[in-house]
Amino acid sequence: MNAADNVFTIDGQPVPFKSGQTILQAALEAGVFIPHLCHHPQFKPSGSCKLCTVTVNGRNGSACSLPALPGQEVENNTPDLNGKRRVLLQMLFVEGNHFCPGCEKSGNCQLQALAYELEMVTPHFNHFYPEREVDASHPDLLLDRNRCIMCELCVRASRDVDGKNVFTMVGRGRDSQVAVNSATGRLGDSELAATDAAAKVCPVGAILRKRVGYALPIGARLYDAHPISAQVARLATREA
Amino acid sequence: MELAEGGLAGPLTSIIQRNGRDPMRLLQILVQAQQVSDWISPEVVDLVAKQVQLPPARIQSVAEFYSFLYTKPRGRYRILFSDNITDRMLGSIPLLEHMGKRLKLKPGQVSEDGLVSVDLTSCTGMCDQGPAILVNNCAITRMTPRRVDEICDLVRGRIPLADWPDHYFRVEDNIRRADILLGSIWTPGDGLRAAIERGPQGMLAELKRSNLRGRGGAGFTTGVKWEACRNASGETRYVVCNADEGEPGTFKDRVLLQSYSDRVFEGMVLAGYTVGAQKGFLYLRGEYRYLLPVLESRLERMRRTGLLGKDICGAKGFDFDIDIHLGAGAYICGEETALIESLEGKAGRPRIRPPFPVTCGYDGKPTVVNNVETLCKTLEVAVHGGAWYEGLGTKQSTGTKILSVSGDCERPGLYEYPFGVRVAQVLEDCGAKDAMAVQISGASGICLSDREFGRRIAFEDVPTAGAFMVFGKHRDMFEVARNFAHFFAHESCGFCTPCRVGTGLARNLMDKIAAGRGTQYEMNELLRLHGVMRSSSHCGLGQTACNAINDTMQKFRPSYDRRLKAVDFEPAFDLDAALAPTRELTGRDDADAHLGVAA
Repeated sequence: MNAADNVFTIDGQPVPFKSGQTILQAALEAGVFIPHLCHHPQFKPSGSCKLCTVTVNGRNGSACSLPALPGQEVENNTPDLNGKRRVLLQMLFVEGNHFCPGCEKSGNCQLQALAYELEMVTPHFNHFYPEREVDASHPDLLLDRNRCIMCELCVRASRDVDGKNVFTMVGRGRDSQVAVNSATGRLGDSELAATDAAAKVCPVGAILRKRVGYALPIGARLYDAHPISAQVARLATREA
Repeated sequence: MELAEGGLAGPLTSIIQRNGRDPMRLLQILVQAQQVSDWISPEVVDLVAKQVQLPPARIQSVAEFYSFLYTKPRGRYRILFSDNITDRMLGSIPLLEHMGKRLKLKPGQVSEDGLVSVDLTSCTGMCDQGPAILVNNCAITRMTPRRVDEICDLVRGRIPLADWPDHYFRVEDNIRRADILLGSIWTPGDGLRAAIERGPQGMLAELKRSNLRGRGGAGFTTGVKWEACRNASGETRYVVCNADEGEPGTFKDRVLLQSYSDRVFEGMVLAGYTVGAQKGFLYLRGEYRYLLPVLESRLERMRRTGLLGKDICGAKGFDFDIDIHLGAGAYICGEETALIESLEGKAGRPRIRPPFPVTCGYDGKPTVVNNVETLCKTLEVAVHGGAWYEGLGTKQSTGTKILSVSGDCERPGLYEYPFGVRVAQVLEDCGAKDAMAVQISGASGICLSDREFGRRIAFEDVPTAGAFMVFGKHRDMFEVARNFAHFFAHESCGFCTPCRVGTGLARNLMDKIAAGRGTQYEMNELLRLHGVMRSSSHCGLGQTACNAINDTMQKFRPSYDRRLKAVDFEPAFDLDAALAPTRELTGRDDADAHLGVAA
């Protein structure tokens, strides 16, 4: 096949792709922003957050797991899709216990950045206020399940990069949560180290370094100067 | 089972060894372990983790996912009332309350002596002979107040389940209208001999000619699916029979497995012959565990008569065998990729598609997953040919379809019709005299009102996996939709955001309306949720979870309207309800202990 044939369009704009790439990978490399949470360029797709839902030739699907194909017509930045993404964000906010003003991740948080990006002004739905466990047993790291969004990035990072398999998703439905693979189920008894990819990959404030909270002043944080949609190059190439 | 302290290690070790210490058989190990240990205790997790060499959290992820595996003690007698709307219509809830009163238990509680628990479970597939319960996963049908009393006595007397009266466990077939499948005499081996004569390519040609489509609901063309699997690269292939019939209101597979399992299994062997597989799995839903002995003995007989094993029907090199895997209470495992995950001993979360199972299924190998009924139908095509089959039914929907009819009718049971039958015809045949609505294809299907009874059962018009629940004029369609909303919130696997959160939101909104606190606002919210979940959920569960709400809201609006308040909005927070725990703690329930309630 001619390399020039490897092109599809997003909202009418031509996007080149390499064979085997997903729609999201190709889009980010081409500088086109598609909102996403559970995708990370280093890992295999999970396809669970559904923020990257796009319309491909009239059918909806996850851009992070759909293979890019020549001639595809992808709709992405439309009022309808962004409206649905806003609902998904609201769902994530009410499902957990998220308190942005006090969170160490505030300003560096991908969930918060997308909420600003997609103009989510209220959580809209009634909060579930679930009871979730905080695990402070690790000397260097804190696991706060209240802020977890079930993106499974820590699961994938620990399994695929660190080779330690520290995290696993357990439970079902709304009782789903991330569990720690150790004899006691506590993080402190696991093999997780602060230098592991799994310790750094969390897009929200569920896995945090201890004693380094609020390190950057407001104004100097990741999403202070530029919204997430203006950071596509970083999103395409970042490492955990 | 009574075991001395520390007495678990022996039986558990032999279970694990019987399963070859195979991580792919983890779910089977846990199901079998619970039969001796009554629950998956930390001790069980620890022992299994060590012997199967898996991390403990991996054991936990399976144990916590399946409804019928318990990570907390649930008593030696675990009683579950089937909670489909048809069970409710037959009076299941008063029976549950009666049992709760007799045993001094609330739903979900375990008695203080650790003897018994009573709770609700999703539809157990006995809608034609409900109300139904499961006791330690054994099905008991036709519950009555008297039977509740008897069971309470048996439990209190600690009588082993094996010694309970046989007639409790009798499950009728209730075949009311038989056609080419249910009504024909079958000689085992006929289908296979015909297929061997045609050869795999000839068989594929006949299947494609027949235009046979899957009976599980999606209606994919069987010949095309099998051909894709046969053509997929790789040496090893698998055949999976999806007997995880979890759609509320469906029970046709139960009857096929109980009385036609010769054909189900032969259909699997036929699939193996056609696609080039040597191994098949029947994934049997946990609710149908009572069928396991009869199915195993049927497999044994097939092995003895040369229909299973090596050189089947004398065809050199045609080897095939079948394993039965048990599910453990997870509707999502009816989705084919979730089913494959479950077969591999994991939690049943649907995979990303593509790749589809025909190229990358069980153990990453090409796999065909077919519905129980579909596999029976392939035999008809093998014996009679595609051209004959194509002449039955309608153009897009060839052959016959078995309907599971339940609800407000005189003769609930199985009805087999050529595709294209009108809903009104089915209603007449089953003796539904004052039907107001029919829910077709279960909770995820479509709700038809009496104005639509002229429509036809066919992929061209009203497609169905088989459920046909009839609702008389006296029924409350809001409560039907609310029952389904609870079902989906319970069964969502939790993988994707819209379904995990959306099913819970929809259930809460329906409960708010049921409590008389809903307004037009909640109605709009439900429709908006339906739109988001339908278009962004990962699999069919989330995509269809609000179908019934959407349908009933449009077609049976008065059942919603009469519950709504005339105000624009009513907050979700109810000050008086929030004081309930305090009232319970202080033992007060006088007028002064209530807030905001008009005196």
